[in-house]
Amino acid sequence: MVLFELRRWMKLFAMDADAVKKSTLFMLLVNWGGVHQMVRIISRETLGTKIHLFKLEAPAIARKALAGQFVVIRIDERGERIPLTLADWDGKEGSVTVVFMEVGATTFRLALLKAGDFIADFVGPLGVPSHIDKFGTVVCVAGGVGAAPITPIAKVLKEKGNKIISILGARSKDLLFWEDKLRSVSHRLIVTTDDGTYGRKGVVTGPLKELLESGEKVDRVIAIGPSIMMKFCALTTQPFGVKTIVSLNPIMVDGTGMCGCCRVSVGGVTKFSCVDGPDFDGHQVDWDLLLARQRIYLDEEKCSFEQWQARMGKRS
Amino acid sequence: MPKLNLNRESMTKQDPKTRGKNFNEVALGYSAEQAKAEASRCIQCPKHSCMDGCPVEIDIPGFIKAVLDDNMPEAVRILKDKNSLPGICGRVCPQETQCEQACSLAKKGAPIAIGRLERYVADWERTNMGALNPRAEPPRPTGKQVAVVGSGPAGLVAAADLAKLGHSVTLFEALHVAGGVLMYGIPEFRLPKEIVQAEVAYVASLGVKIELNSVVGKVATLDELLENSCHALFLGTGAGAPMFMDIPGENLNGIYSANEFLTRVNLMKAYQFPEYDTPVFVGRRVAVIGGGNVAMDSARCALRLGADEVYIIYRRSEVEMPARREEVENAKEEGIQFKLLTNPKRYIGNESSWVVGMECYEMGLGDPDESGRRRPIAKEGSEFILDVDMVVAALGTRPNPLIAQTTSDLKTTKWGTVVADETIGKTMKDRVWAGGDIVTGAATVISAMGAARRAARDIDEYLRVIVE
Repeated sequence: MVLFELRRWMKLFAMDADAVKKSTLFMLLVNWGGVHQMVRIISRETLGTKIHLFKLEAPAIARKALAGQFVVIRIDERGERIPLTLADWDGKEGSVTVVFMEVGATTFRLALLKAGDFIADFVGPLGVPSHIDKFGTVVCVAGGVGAAPITPIAKVLKEKGNKIISILGARSKDLLFWEDKLRSVSHRLIVTTDDGTYGRKGVVTGPLKELLESGEKVDRVIAIGPSIMMKFCALTTQPFGVKTIVSLNPIMVDGTGMCGCCRVSVGGVTKFSCVDGPDFDGHQVDWDLLLARQRIYLDEEKCSFEQWQARMGKRS
Repeated sequence: MPKLNLNRESMTKQDPKTRGKNFNEVALGYSAEQAKAEASRCIQCPKHSCMDGCPVEIDIPGFIKAVLDDNMPEAVRILKDKNSLPGICGRVCPQETQCEQACSLAKKGAPIAIGRLERYVADWERTNMGALNPRAEPPRPTGKQVAVVGSGPAGLVAAADLAKLGHSVTLFEALHVAGGVLMYGIPEFRLPKEIVQAEVAYVASLGVKIELNSVVGKVATLDELLENSCHALFLGTGAGAPMFMDIPGENLNGIYSANEFLTRVNLMKAYQFPEYDTPVFVGRRVAVIGGGNVAMDSARCALRLGADEVYIIYRRSEVEMPARREEVENAKEEGIQFKLLTNPKRYIGNESSWVVGMECYEMGLGDPDESGRRRPIAKEGSEFILDVDMVVAALGTRPNPLIAQTTSDLKTTKWGTVVADETIGKTMKDRVWAGGDIVTGAATVISAMGAARRAARDIDEYLRVIVE
């Protein structure tokens, strides 16, 4: 049926070659007609200021997903491809959950979608899953939106018999979420806010350093959050010689090892985050390179974001 | 015997100055008169040597005769009998080293412009018949299922051939559109994406089910596909992983792999930013490292996106360049500057980690190496600095390791290519065939298509024998 429609449309267009050339509708039909499976948003929730949770229908990904992996999404024909680390998945229900903060054009546009809406592309599960083993005591440090991807990792690590001490930090109370969820998969949870509006005042490296100094035997640290936070976690643990795993978030395009945009330097060797990572040894990562490469498109990102804000603003 | 006509009909192109500023197709194709004039030059020699030069065995004299006889539907039928993607091949095949080189008139220096005629027939079909022109008679379903992994040239041909034989084919593609390198790699001005999609739609019209956004090796392994009612599997995943030189400064901002630069521009349509969300940075002084078609494509894209100076940096001389002659000429006409016998030593960055220059060696040529080309040798003490604010590394690609990593019994070489029989594409793994760049390393569209055709034939033979 879809094919028949497609054929009819193509014949219609074929009568006027120029129309075919100019028609984006043509591209849409060919791309989406019958062969393009769009992905439905099952439900959504706002977790904090500009922080949103989307549960999407993606049974094939949900069946295969493992902690630490990510998906690449594209909203529509005009959209860019961005990676989002998995926050949760349910193989039985066939759903995959992601959490994101509105920081640029794509996340701003994503936040405007409602339950029942569709996005064009949802690819995964990508990347190497987190290394799960019985390490002993593992400190899981989450900064901001990092609370989402670290929760499933803490969960499987706890199931594996590790003692989990979690540190959850955010700039302010309104940006904190999943405190209960993370507590339920941890033996102990410490909460911090930069401005002291909730929990301990200060950044996550404070309690991390205290733990390491307290004589508590820490066998592994996992830090997920903004690059600068992961960098300082790695710097904090380095003198103590505690293996520290970080989940890097460089700019990506395809997410399958094809473009090399996400290249990072780890132990002096160039790695592709999408296929060699996203987890790496935080003590080996060239943080300055990562931070510089994340700034490549600052001007363009601003331009795109402002353009979409203006466009959507007019509409509402 | 009629006098030989040695005046090859030329094809109109966009003026170099104009085309350097737009992404429209450079070559404009033959008119009906030009096509007939060119077709009339074919002497219909009994040797048909041109067909020996064609990896997919097109009946070249046959379709040329049909063009001359004004029987275009017949020309289309003959062409599509052997080639499911004629609009693509007519544009990007290196005919000068294949069919046209084998043409009887090549010795006289004026082979028939077979590629241009192929393109003319394909374009005629698309405007006059619609690419979805259904087959006269659908094949009898065999009830056998085949999975084809990768929807580039090899995958599309394998899928089309197997579907034409009555097998039920599912084609898996990792990206959000089918076409592989034809979509992300080759630019719009050389191969319009609408033509690729029309030919993809033709393959779909044969009954091929296309699964986009499916990264085989991640969402399903080869073994899982083989267990789930798939009788045979064809791997056509190409050589999609970019190579770098591993020299200092290569990760500075402003240094792209050709794959990234071309993907942003072609697949993600960054040339229409901010209408499309994906950005691309383009510098004023751009160096493209490499001498292949991908280097030419990257240089010409950078020019069209507004770079002032674009250099091709190639370590050997022009005769050793692997790019098609025609594309080198096109690039030169558009103002791309060739810095030959030059090779980067390191990249220089500023305080915010953006590339501002590159130190290069002058190169000399020594004795021929394994490739038969003279080996480039750096001249000590010849280093000089070239000011550039953007670099594209077009140094070749190798197979993506994703599938090999998740398939224990698929034998690969140290270059990451899959070990497969050269003629029929059978791999060391049961029920798995492979063809195209995944086997040979980066090569041409048409050689991938030829390998896929031969593998499809062998898969068909296998499927006809097995009983469930």
